[in-house]
Amino acid sequence: MLESLAISLVDAVPVLSGVPLWTITLLVMVVVAAAVLTFALTYSGLATYVERKVAGDIQARIGPNRVGPVGILQFLADGIKLLLKEDIIPAKADRFLFILAPYLVFIGSFAAFVVVPFGMGLIASDLNIGIYYVMAITSLVVVGVMLAGWASNNKWALLGGMRAAAQIVSYEIPVGMALIPAVLIAGSLSLQDIVRSQGGLFGIFGWNLFHNPFTFFSFFLYYVAALAETNRTPFDIPEAESELVSGYHVEYSGIRFAFFFLAEYGDMFVVSSLATACFLGGWHVPFLNAEALPAVWGNLFSLGVFLGKTLSLVVLMMWIRWTLPRLRVDQLMRMSWKYLVPLTFFNLLGVSLWLLLFQGRGVPQMIASLFG
Amino acid sequence: MKANAGALPTQEMLINMGPQHPSTHGVLRVILRTDGEVVVNAKPDVGYLHRALEKIGERVTYAQFMPFTDRLDYLASMNCNAAWAWTVEKLAGIEVPERAEYIRVIVCELNRISSHLIAFGSFTADMGAFTPFLYAIRERERINDLFEEICGNRLTYNYVRIGGVSADLPDRFLEKTKEFLDYFEPKVPEYNKLISYNKIFVHRLANVAVATPEDAVGYGLTGPNLRGSGVPFDLRRNEPYSVYPKIDFDVCVGTGERGTVGDCFDRYMVRINEMKESVKILRQAIAQIPDGPVMAKVSRVFKPPVGEVYFRAENPRGETGIYLVSDGTVNPYRLKIRAPSFVTMNIFEKITRGLMIADIVAVIGSFDIILPEIDR
Repeated sequence: MLESLAISLVDAVPVLSGVPLWTITLLVMVVVAAAVLTFALTYSGLATYVERKVAGDIQARIGPNRVGPVGILQFLADGIKLLLKEDIIPAKADRFLFILAPYLVFIGSFAAFVVVPFGMGLIASDLNIGIYYVMAITSLVVVGVMLAGWASNNKWALLGGMRAAAQIVSYEIPVGMALIPAVLIAGSLSLQDIVRSQGGLFGIFGWNLFHNPFTFFSFFLYYVAALAETNRTPFDIPEAESELVSGYHVEYSGIRFAFFFLAEYGDMFVVSSLATACFLGGWHVPFLNAEALPAVWGNLFSLGVFLGKTLSLVVLMMWIRWTLPRLRVDQLMRMSWKYLVPLTFFNLLGVSLWLLLFQGRGVPQMIASLFG
Repeated sequence: MKANAGALPTQEMLINMGPQHPSTHGVLRVILRTDGEVVVNAKPDVGYLHRALEKIGERVTYAQFMPFTDRLDYLASMNCNAAWAWTVEKLAGIEVPERAEYIRVIVCELNRISSHLIAFGSFTADMGAFTPFLYAIRERERINDLFEEICGNRLTYNYVRIGGVSADLPDRFLEKTKEFLDYFEPKVPEYNKLISYNKIFVHRLANVAVATPEDAVGYGLTGPNLRGSGVPFDLRRNEPYSVYPKIDFDVCVGTGERGTVGDCFDRYMVRINEMKESVKILRQAIAQIPDGPVMAKVSRVFKPPVGEVYFRAENPRGETGIYLVSDGTVNPYRLKIRAPSFVTMNIFEKITRGLMIADIVAVIGSFDIILPEIDR
């Protein structure tokens, strides 16, 4: 896709035809990457602000309101503070791994933004193995978290790191299994194809969420498992402030801590965007076909729709966090292996059988065919 | 190398939980020996906040010790104040005006509500739900406002005096208290809806750290912790003092409604229900309070007769017993305080064996210990 963009750029600006194509492609890549990263960081910063405001609202208090109008610049102030803080590395820590860990977590979380289908043409790289890529690259987070726990040379951090490793690895299975129904229906691993498969005349009933009873259920299974994969309450046992102080990042300060922090919000966005793309129709809305609009407006419109859906799911995560208590580590594991994994397997089987029996038609299509 | 997972050498891990830890409710240190996440042994180590209050008590006069009792259990200063006053009055045989006794009961029960609110809030925060804590603080703030009107302080009240209370109630205080009760009473079911019967919350607490009635009595648990084990013992009822005999209220006990009698959930629920009972007591006390003086005649240089006395009061955290020996001078000869939280720590090692690290936090929270009282 980026190459075609580069070619069209050369077509539009004839001066560039003297430059080798790969240079231009590389340039486009850098620009796109910078744009995505900028978006991801801005979003993460703003999300911390929104989280605090949501928490404030739920807890009958005000939340940040000092920096900028209604406190909106609080995240910048916090960011500057974290940047200026002393960078403390414990004397007994494994220096190399200690420094490496936050980057792994950060990369694992933010590299997934590459395949997020922000709009009908807005995707950094429409990989044909999109979902697979997300699952693979976010697994890097586990390595980082475990390294952080180990390298800190702190028993709380070690416990947190081990908990995180066990948890993320366990929950990756139900997450993956719950996403496969969307892949089956679209017949493609590319996120953009999955979104396109949910368009059409049925409005919200074209979404995979309403395709058949199993996909409906699948969405909720996915959301619960994804909550656990991002280490959010009620599954935040790796951090578990009241038990493990703050788990694997207890020894981190300043900007290294900020990396973990940003990665958490990045993760929230990634899992929510996957839910949107796979179950909630991505950038589709009823009664208005973005692809029929002029390119610029269509893209902007679909971007707005996609962000709206995804950010609603992110806010829902925050809402859950400030409402529910935390599970215990054994209960968490039991939930994954005894309930979520079998249920997602059963679900996957159900969707496969459904697709086989009804030649890939969903419930809304069948109802529509009843009325001609 | 042989691949045999069963023969992998494992080591017990020694972890210091505290003295600086968010969930030990102060400077409690718990020495954890764990096998992975499972606790092999949890040994509480107290004494980081020792201020020798009992020794100080022998060096100051009876009246001068009153502010020190504020620092015993700072979440229930009124109760500690009153316990000290009742002890000295029992020793010296002072007749306290009835209005003063009613005022004491009113402030004690208000303070019991605010103390249980903190217990409830911090316990839920320990369990990972931060929101109820803020709700508890919101309600407690109104009680603090009421106390501020009475005595000008919001934490260490120093309001009760030997022979009465330092000042009569301010104007409209009883009306304001009633308004607070009307506001507060519907909040308790709201808490239950929000968190008490939340499935995760119940799963975390039910059947965890069960203190059987025999153990609870044997290890000297008192107050809500004892009643949580199903033993209906309440000093306000079983050994009545002050005007409690004139007031009708129920003694809340643990029923094992979600698990075993005496588990963390029962201890938690006893506190929730006791808040409702305190509201009941307060309403009756407000209706019954007579007019009259609030201070008995106590001489400036107060010298109680030679003798010894033990008085125990039902405080929010259990039985606060004060043993006092007088040699007829202005200072006590010997002072010993039986602090409920300190005695509670005895059973800690026994009932935490084999639990998980997260449960240790639940146990500490469900006992509602307070460190200045443990260390005195």
